[in-house]
Amino acid sequence: MTMTAPIILVGAGQASASCAAKLRALGYDGALTIIGDEPAAPYQRPPLSKKYVSGELARERLFIRPLSWYAEQRIELRLGTRVVKLDAAGHRVTLADGTNLSFSRLLLATGSTPRRLPAEIGGNLANVFTIRNLADADTIAPALIPGANLLVIGGGYIGLEAAAVAAQKGLDVTVIEMADRILQRVAAAPTADFFRTLHQSHGVTIREATGLAELVGKDGRLSSARLKDGTILPADLAIVGIGILPNDDLAQAAGIAVESGILVDGKCRTSVPDIFAAGDCANFTWRGQRTRLESVQNAIDQGEHAAACLLGEAPDYDPVPWFWSDQYEVKLQIAGLNRGYDSTVLRPGKRPLSQSIWYFRGDTLIAIDAMNDALAYALGKKMLESGKPVAKAAIADPASDLKALAS
Amino acid sequence: MPKVTWVLGDGREISANVAVGHNLMEAAVANNVPDVIGECGGCLSCATCHVYVDPAWAAKTGKPAEMENDMLEITTAERRELSRLSCQILATEELDGLILHVPHN
Ligand SMILES: Cc1cc2nc3c(=O)[nH]c(=O)nc-3n(C[C@H](O)[C@H](O)[C@H](O)COP(=O)(O)OP(=O)(O)OC[C@H]3O[C@@H](n4cnc5c(N)ncnc54)[C@H](O)[C@@H]3O)c2cc1C
Ligand code: FES
Repeated sequence: MTMTAPIILVGAGQASASCAAKLRALGYDGALTIIGDEPAAPYQRPPLSKKYVSGELARERLFIRPLSWYAEQRIELRLGTRVVKLDAAGHRVTLADGTNLSFSRLLLATGSTPRRLPAEIGGNLANVFTIRNLADADTIAPALIPGANLLVIGGGYIGLEAAAVAAQKGLDVTVIEMADRILQRVAAAPTADFFRTLHQSHGVTIREATGLAELVGKDGRLSSARLKDGTILPADLAIVGIGILPNDDLAQAAGIAVESGILVDGKCRTSVPDIFAAGDCANFTWRGQRTRLESVQNAIDQGEHAAACLLGEAPDYDPVPWFWSDQYEVKLQIAGLNRGYDSTVLRPGKRPLSQSIWYFRGDTLIAIDAMNDALAYALGKKMLESGKPVAKAAIADPASDLKALAS
Repeated sequence: MPKVTWVLGDGREISANVAVGHNLMEAAVANNVPDVIGECGGCLSCATCHVYVDPAWAAKTGKPAEMENDMLEITTAERRELSRLSCQILATEELDGLILHVPHN
């Protein structure tokens, strides 16, 4: 290794793109390379299950930066190239074609991979999809044919977004969720109730506490689903949204500590010197607990944070997480992290289909889900950022002035 | 294609022709305008695409809609009378010549 070796960012996604931009903004002038296994330059994934798969947003509008930007910033993009081996001590990566590249410091921003259903229960049948990348969305889009039966397996945000797009295109959509209710892992019951009603009003069937026994195929292609209660549902296509797994295998093979993601400290450092991680693949300590965030906010902020850490000292990463989801005419905006909440307060909004759910742990506000209520989101986020105490009763009173409470 | 000019905090100007129907956050990012960030990709959830519309153009760009108005509560730079979230302004032929001032971050 020499100090003239480049900084290498592995994974050409949201976190690498923001890390690269920040490295240049902070004055890093040396060689900088992004290596990604997808053929495309870094792009935004959120529209894949929303306006891109529905056909409303053209492909060229997904890209985070124009290609000219990478050239201007002297950032080398090596796309369609997988890093197959990381030699941590030797400061070297090996690409799929056998090329070896030295690095001075390295960022692992490898993202995550959707969980699939096991092959034994039909997970590998044709027309059983997951949505993670452009190629997935490009395969699903032409299958969204009006009148077709779509089975969405898993009632999380991505599954529900896909259900919304399909319902609006005139497909016959059923969502099955194994847990007692949709959004079980990520939101409180009132938020789930809101979205259940919303989907039902658009003709989507939601079956909660419903397990899948198997997907049944005909000539290798999905034809129906058998549920644990014996029901047979006809299915022309299925979208599986049952969570994601962090891409930590490259790190693990290199002897870097992993545990549900690549373990990093507040400075994005892995267990091995000069190797950092950020984004979906990184598992960091937040407010005393191991945390992985699967969001654009985290990819951007932790990617930028990693840039500072790659160059030297930085404080610990301490974000106020935020997230959004678009379904039909509803925009959901989330600030904070509701983990460990013990009560919620519902605050009605001022518009149709508008309300917010405020999560408390004891007397401390920890998160807000705002449906078509950007003011609640914005001001709630402000409260979380400032740490100013806020009384439950004040939030619950629809007449209270949020602006006054936040300032 | 309407031409849009971004005036940066340091006085530098960047101009570009923008396809009709594209929003002015994505146009700024595509033309490497610093300080228009667009973290949420135009989903009205980040307020990092904040700009000040030049007074001469205020009538043509119009006022923020309700959700946008709410999101303007959390801009990093101070909110002013002509503050807009540029992801909510769509390029139209009538906006040919538009001038946007970009707050310095
Ligand atoms: C359908 C969908 C909808 C979403 N909606 C939202 C939303 O509404 N709001 C929100 O905040 N977040 C949303 N997210 C989440 C958000 O997109 C991710 O959290 C974010 O993209 C993570 O960025 P990342 O850089 O960590 O990973 P990614 O963007 O996944 O980038 C990682 C890249 O690394 C590549 N890679 C992996 N291993 C290697 C290797 N060994 N060599 C080379 N390349 C490699 C991967 O192929 C990938 O291209 C959504 C995600 C999906 C899939
Ligand atoms: S880009 Fe996020 S609000 Fe405009």
